[in-house]
Amino acid sequence: MSGTQAVTATPVQLPKQSTAIGSRLSRKRKHDPTAKSPLWVRIVLALICAAWVIPTVGLAVTSFRTQDDATGSGWWTVFTTPANFTRLTFENYSEVFSRADMGGAFINSLAITIPATVIPILIAAFAGYAFSFMQFPGRDLLLILIVGLLVVPSQVALVPLLKIYGTLGINGTLPAVWLTHIGFGMPLAVYIIRNYMSTLPKEIIESAKIDGASHFQTFWRLILPMSTPVLASFAIFQFLWVWNDLLNALVFAGQNAPLTVSLVRLLGQQGQGWQLLTAGGLFTMIVPIIVFLSLQRYFVRGLTAGSVKG
Amino acid sequence: MIKVLNALIAVLGGVAGAIVVYYLLNKLAELLPGRWEDRIKPYLYLLPALAAIGLYLIYPTIQTFVYSFANAQGTAFVGFSNFTDLLASKNFQNTLFNTLLWILVAPAGTIVIGLLIATLADRLRPGGEKLAKTLIFLPLAIGAVSAGAVWKFVYATNPPTQNQIGLLNGIWTGLGGDPVNWLQISTFRLNSFMLMVILLWIQAGFAMVLLSAAIKGVPTETLEAARLDGAGEGAIFFRIVIPQIRTTLITVFITVLIGVLKTFDIVYVMTNGNFNTNIIAVDFFNQLFTNNNFGYAAAIVVMLLIVMIPVLVFQVRQFRAEEAAR
Repeated sequence: MSGTQAVTATPVQLPKQSTAIGSRLSRKRKHDPTAKSPLWVRIVLALICAAWVIPTVGLAVTSFRTQDDATGSGWWTVFTTPANFTRLTFENYSEVFSRADMGGAFINSLAITIPATVIPILIAAFAGYAFSFMQFPGRDLLLILIVGLLVVPSQVALVPLLKIYGTLGINGTLPAVWLTHIGFGMPLAVYIIRNYMSTLPKEIIESAKIDGASHFQTFWRLILPMSTPVLASFAIFQFLWVWNDLLNALVFAGQNAPLTVSLVRLLGQQGQGWQLLTAGGLFTMIVPIIVFLSLQRYFVRGLTAGSVKG
Repeated sequence: MIKVLNALIAVLGGVAGAIVVYYLLNKLAELLPGRWEDRIKPYLYLLPALAAIGLYLIYPTIQTFVYSFANAQGTAFVGFSNFTDLLASKNFQNTLFNTLLWILVAPAGTIVIGLLIATLADRLRPGGEKLAKTLIFLPLAIGAVSAGAVWKFVYATNPPTQNQIGLLNGIWTGLGGDPVNWLQISTFRLNSFMLMVILLWIQAGFAMVLLSAAIKGVPTETLEAARLDGAGEGAIFFRIVIPQIRTTLITVFITVLIGVLKTFDIVYVMTNGNFNTNIIAVDFFNQLFTNNNFGYAAAIVVMLLIVMIPVLVFQVRQFRAEEAAR
C-alpha cells in the first residue's frame, strides 16, 4: 500500500517540483553566460585578461629577438612584419648564461629554496600538533604571539641578524639565506598547520590514546599522514615565496646571488640591452610558473589559509 | 652542482637532525616521572619552532628597538635624535607621504579590481572562469622582481626620433602623443601610481580568489528573494552581496595593506626610490646599505612597526573571534 502511494504521490509532486526548478533556472539564466546579457561580461573580462597577459607576452617575445630588433622596433611588430618574425633567435639565452651567469644563479636559487622549504615542515608540524592536541598552560598566549608575529615585517630582524651572522662568520653564505627564510617562515608554517590539524577529529586521538599509543606514535602514524594536504600547501607557498624573494637575498647572499638578485643586476645595466634583460626575466619566471600551473590547487589553498605572511 | 649537492645534504641533514632532536626530546620527556612527562612534553615539541621564532623574530625586534636609539654605527645612544632627524628631513617627509599614498590607493584599488573580476568571472562557464582566473592569478606566482622586469619594459622610453619599444609609449605615440618617461614624472605622483599598477597587477589575483570563493558562498535564496522583490542587479550587488562578503573584504584589505607597508621589491627594482617615488621599506634598505646608518634604518623599522600595531591588534582579535566560533 505504502509502495503504491509513493508511486502515485510522485507523479503528482514531480510537475510541481519541475516547474519550481524550471522557473528558478529561467530566473537564474538571466545572469547566466549562455543567455542574453553576458556578451559585455565576456568582452570586459577578455579585455582584463588581455591587460594581464600582454605585458608578459611582450617580455617573452622580446627575449627571442636580436639586439637590433629589440631596440629598434616594438615587439608587437613581430606579428605584423614577417621579416621580424623570422629573425627570432635563442642567442639571448646563451648570452645571459655566459655573461650574467644565470646558470650559477639558478643553482643558487635551488640551493636556497630547497632547504628553506623542506626543513621547516617537520618543525612546524610538531608545534602544530602540540597546539592542537595537547593541553598546557600558556598555550593560548603562545598561539596569539604567533598570530601577532605573522604581521611583523621581516625588515625588523635584518640589522640584528647581520650582526649575529657577522660574529658567526656566515654572512654571504647560502645557509645564512635559507636559515633566515626558515626563521621568518616559521610563524606562518605553525599557524596554517595548526589551523588544519585542529579541524581533524579529536576522537581519533582519543582512541589512539586508549589503544596505548604515545603522543610521539600518534603524531608519526596518524596526524602527520592525515596532514599531507596542508603540508603540501605550505611547501608550495614557501617555495614560491623563497624563490621570488629579493630582500633577504640582497642582504645575506653576498657572492651566492640567486636569480632574483642577478635579474636586478641585469635591470640595473640596461646598456646590455632589452633582449638580455627580458631573457633573464623569462628564465627567472619559468620555475615558479611550472610549479604554479602544476600545483595551483595547493597554492591557492595555502594562500587562503595564511595570506598574511610577510 | 656542488651547491645543489650541498643543499640536498643540508636538507637530509636538517630533516634527519630534526627527527633525531624530536626523538631525543621525546625520550627525555619519557624519562620524567608520570605526571611531569605530560606537563613537559608539549613544551619540548614546541621548543625548536619557538627557538627559531625567538632567534629570528623576537630577539631581533627587541634589538632593533635598542638600535633605533643608537648612532649610525650602533656604538652610542643618541636618544630620540634618529626619529627627530628623520621626521624633520624633507626627504623622509616625502617618503612618508608616498607611503601614505600607497596605503590609501593600493589596497582599495586591488579590492575594486579583484571584486570586479570575481563578479564577472562568476558568470562565465566553468571552463572560461578557470582560464580567466589562472591568467589573472599568474603574476602572483612569478613574484615582484620578475614583475618588475615585465613592467620596466612596458614603461620603457625611446627618444622621440626612434620607434617606441615600450608597450605604453607604443600606445601613447600611436594615439598621437609624444613619448613619455613614465617613471620620472612625479607631477601628481604619476610615477608612484605607475608603480602601484604593478602591485595591483600582482595582487588582483589574490583578491579575486578569496572574493570569488566568498561570492559563491552567498546563499542563492537571498539573491532570489531580492530579485522577486524587484531589486535591480546593482542593488543586489551592493545591498545583498557586499554585506555578506564583508569579512572576506576586510581580510583582503588587511592582507594587501600589510603587503603594501612592506613593499620593497617593486620600488627598488623600478626606481630605487628615485624621482620622488621613495617609500618606507626602500628607504630602510638604502639607509642600511647605501648610507650604512644602522640607527636611521632601525628607527624607520620601528616607525613601520608602530604603524602596524592597529593591524596587529585587529589580526589577533579576528583570530580570537574565529577560535571562539569554532
